[in-house]
Amino acid sequence: MSKALEVSGLKKSFGGVAAVRGIDFHADAGEAVALIGSNGAGKTTCFNLINGQLTPDGGRVSLFGLDITGRSPELLFRSGVARTFQITATFASMSVRENVQMALMSRHREVAGFFSLATSRHTVAANELLADVGLSEQASRPCAALAYGDLKRLELAVALANEPRLLLMDEPTAGMSPEERNALMRLALRVCRERKLALLFTEHDMDVVFTHADRIIVMNRGRLIAQGSPSEVRANEEVRAVYLGSLHV
Amino acid sequence: MTAFFVQTLNGLASASSLFLVAVGLSLIFGVTRIVNFAHGSFYMLGVYIAYTCATSLSGALGFWGGVLAAGLAVAVIGVLVEMLVLRRIYSSPELLQLIATFALVLIIKDAALAIWGPEDLLGPRAPGFTGAVEIFGRAFPTYDLLLIALGVAMLLVLTALMKKTRFGLLLRAATEDREMTDALGVNQKLLFTAVFALGSFLAGIGGALQLPREPATLAMDLGIIADVFVVVVIGGLGSLHGAFVAAIIISLVKAYCIGLGSQTLFGVEFEFSKLTLVAEFIVMALVLVFKPNGLFGKPIIHSQTSAAVELPLGKPSNIQLGALLAGILLLAAMPAVFDEYTSVLATDVLIFALFAASLGLIIGTAGLGSFGHAAYFGLGAYGAALATQAGFGFLSSLFLGAALALAAAMVFGWFCVRLSGTYMAMLTLAFAQIVWSIVFQWDAVTGGSNGLVGIWPPEALSDRDYFYWTTLTVCGVGVLVCWWVVYTPFGYALRAARDSTVKALAIGLSVKRLQWAGFALAGGLAGVAGAVYVFSKGSISPEVSAIPRSVDALVMVLLGGINTLLGPVVGAAVFTYLQDTLARSTDYWRAVLGAVILLLVMLFPRGIVGSIKQFAQRRRAA
Repeated sequence: MSKALEVSGLKKSFGGVAAVRGIDFHADAGEAVALIGSNGAGKTTCFNLINGQLTPDGGRVSLFGLDITGRSPELLFRSGVARTFQITATFASMSVRENVQMALMSRHREVAGFFSLATSRHTVAANELLADVGLSEQASRPCAALAYGDLKRLELAVALANEPRLLLMDEPTAGMSPEERNALMRLALRVCRERKLALLFTEHDMDVVFTHADRIIVMNRGRLIAQGSPSEVRANEEVRAVYLGSLHV
Repeated sequence: MTAFFVQTLNGLASASSLFLVAVGLSLIFGVTRIVNFAHGSFYMLGVYIAYTCATSLSGALGFWGGVLAAGLAVAVIGVLVEMLVLRRIYSSPELLQLIATFALVLIIKDAALAIWGPEDLLGPRAPGFTGAVEIFGRAFPTYDLLLIALGVAMLLVLTALMKKTRFGLLLRAATEDREMTDALGVNQKLLFTAVFALGSFLAGIGGALQLPREPATLAMDLGIIADVFVVVVIGGLGSLHGAFVAAIIISLVKAYCIGLGSQTLFGVEFEFSKLTLVAEFIVMALVLVFKPNGLFGKPIIHSQTSAAVELPLGKPSNIQLGALLAGILLLAAMPAVFDEYTSVLATDVLIFALFAASLGLIIGTAGLGSFGHAAYFGLGAYGAALATQAGFGFLSSLFLGAALALAAAMVFGWFCVRLSGTYMAMLTLAFAQIVWSIVFQWDAVTGGSNGLVGIWPPEALSDRDYFYWTTLTVCGVGVLVCWWVVYTPFGYALRAARDSTVKALAIGLSVKRLQWAGFALAGGLAGVAGAVYVFSKGSISPEVSAIPRSVDALVMVLLGGINTLLGPVVGAAVFTYLQDTLARSTDYWRAVLGAVILLLVMLFPRGIVGSIKQFAQRRRAA
C-alpha cells in the first residue's frame, strides 16, 4: 500500500533565498509525525507547501499515491486534507454546533442551498463529532464565548467533519497551559489512531513533541537533517549539535 | 498633431488642481485610514472663499491673497472637523466613518448655499495671467501654463516636506505602520490633526486655483470627489507620487476624450467628449484588476475594528414568525387609514425597505462594503422604464428591469469581490458612477438629464391603494428573500467567509464565487426595488443611480442596525419619513439630515434595532 502522505524533493525559494531545499519524508495512516526545527529552518514554509498556502517550485506531494502538489486549500479539502490553524480560526458569529455543520454542509456540497434551514442540516453528525471532542455541553453556545482550549477542540471537530485522511495541525498547542497541551494532544492522537488518519504537526514545545509523536522530522536550513522515533532523534549527534544542544532532552 | 499637443497641455493644466486635492485626501487616508468624503467639499469651499476675497479686494492682492486665505481658512475648517467629529470615530468600522464624512458633505453644502446662494459664481481672471501665448499657432492661456508649473512646484515642495522634515518622517512612518509609530510614543492626536490641516489646506488651494477656469457651483463637491477617488485609487492610497502620476493620467484621458469629439469606429458613431467619466473609470477598473493596490500603493493593513459580535442566529422562533405574520397583516390593512399623502410615503418606504435590505445582505451577511448600490436600483428602474416604452407589460417590465440589474451586478461584482476593504468600496462607487454617466449622457436612449416620463402602471393598478398592495407584495417578497437567505446554507457560507476567510477556504468553500453570487443576488433585488420605483413615480431621472442615492441606502442600513434582519427595513422607514418631513419643513433639510446622521453615528453606532437588542441583552444579563 502507498504511503498516506508522501513528500519528495519539495523545494521553495523566496527571491534568492532557498527556504526549502529538497525535502523527502512520509507519514502513514494512523501515525503522528512531528515536523520540528529552529526558527528559519523552513518548517513553516514546508508546512505551507503541503497545506496549499504556498505553491512549491519543485517536488511532489501525494496522498495515497494521488498527486496533490500545489492544489489550492479548497481543492485539498476535497481531496481529504484537513487543517487547524496556529491562531484558532472559527466562525465567531455562529454557535459551536453551527461551526461543525458549516463544514459538513461544505463537504456534502450544499452551500449553494437556498431551500433549507442551515441549522437543521446534519445535526446528528455534528453532535457526534462534538461528543467525540468533548464539547457536547457547549454545542449550543455562541462560539465567541468559548475558552481558548475549547476553541482548539472545536477546530479539531471541524477538521474531522471532512473525514480527512491527512490532518495538518500548525502549532496545535501554542498559547495553552501544560495540562491543556497534553489533553489536546491525547485527543488528537486518539482520533488519529481511531480514524486511521495521518497526522502531521509542527510544534515548538519539545515536551509535547517527544511525548506524543510517533516519528519526528528535523529540519535545519531548508534541509531534512534527521528523522526517526523520538529516541532515535534524541540520540542523533547532528540534531544535538544544531538544534537540541542546549536543551537537555 | 498640434491639436494633440494642445489637448496635452490642457490636460496637464487640469492635472495640477486635481493633484493638489487628491494628494490631500491620500495623505489623510495614509495616516488616519479615513476616506474623507468631505474632501470634495473642502475643495468647493476653497473656490467660494477665493471668490469672495477676489471680488471684495480687487487686484493682485485680492486674487493671490484670496488663494492663500482660501487654503488657510479651509485648513482651519479641516482641523475643526477633525477635532469635533472624526476624533470620535477613528476606531469605528470603515462604513460608519464614510457615512459620517458624507454627513459633513450635506452640512457643508447647505452652509455654502446659505452663505453664497444657489447661483453659479464666476470669478475674475488671475491678475498678471490674463493673456494667452501662441503655441503651434493656437492661443493658449498663460494661466494654464502657470498652473502646470505650480503643479510641478507643489510636487517638489511636498516631496521635500516628506523627505527632509521631521513632520514628513512622522507622516511616512505613520502611513507605513500606525500602531508602531503609536507604540514609539509619537503624539498621534497631534499628528492626525496636523495631517488634516495639511490635507485640507491643499484642497483649499486646489479649489482656489480653479476659480479663473470654472465658476463656483454647489455641485463641485461630489463632482471632484469622484475624480479624486479615481486618482487616489489609481495612484495607490497614501502615495504622493502616485497621486501626481494618476492625476496626470486621468486629466490626459479626459482631455483626449474631449479632443476626439465625435468619431466613427466600426460604423458606429461615438461621442468621445461625453465619455470622459466612463473613460476614467475604465482606466481605474483596469488598473485595479492588474494592480489591486494601485500603481504605487502598498497593501493596506487594516487595523482591527471593534465590530460587535453577533449572537448565533438559530431558527426563526414561533414568536418571530407570529410577529412577521402580524406585521404583514398590519401593512396590508394600512390603506384603511391612508390619506393620499401617507399612501405615497408608505409606498416609498416599502420600495426603500427592499433596497436597504438587499444592501444589508452584502454589507452585513457577506461583510462586503458596497458604495454603489444605487447602480443596480437605477438599472432596475431604467430597464423597467425602457421595457415599458418598448411595449412590454407591467410584470414583464419589472422582470426585465431586475434582470438588467442582475446582469450588471454579475459583471461588476466579478471585479469587486477580487479587491478588499477600501479599494472594493471605491470600485463599487466607480461602477455606480459609470452607470450614472452613461444614463446621464446617452440622450437618445435614456433621455439624458431629463430622464424618461410617462411610465405608469396598467389601468387596474392606477388606484393608489391597489398600487400600494402591489408594492407590498413585490417588495415584501423581496425583503422576505433577503431574510430567508440569511438562514440558508448559502447565507451561512457567506457569513463563514466573512468571519474567517482562511478557515472558509480550508473547509472547501469557494469564497470568491460565494461572494460574487451574493453580490449579484443583492444587485438583482435592488433592481426589483428600482423597477417598482419607476411605476410609483411615473418617471425616472439619472439621480436614481447617483452617489447620494447609494449613500441613502447605506444610511438606512446603518441607521436601522447592520447585521440585524429588521434593521434595514426600520432604517428605510425612519429615513424616508425623516427626509420627507425635513424636505417639506426647511430649505436646509440636507444640513439637518447630516446633523442627525452625525449624531447617530457618534451616539448609536449599532443603529436603532442594534441598540434595542443590545439593551435587551444587557437587561437579560443583569
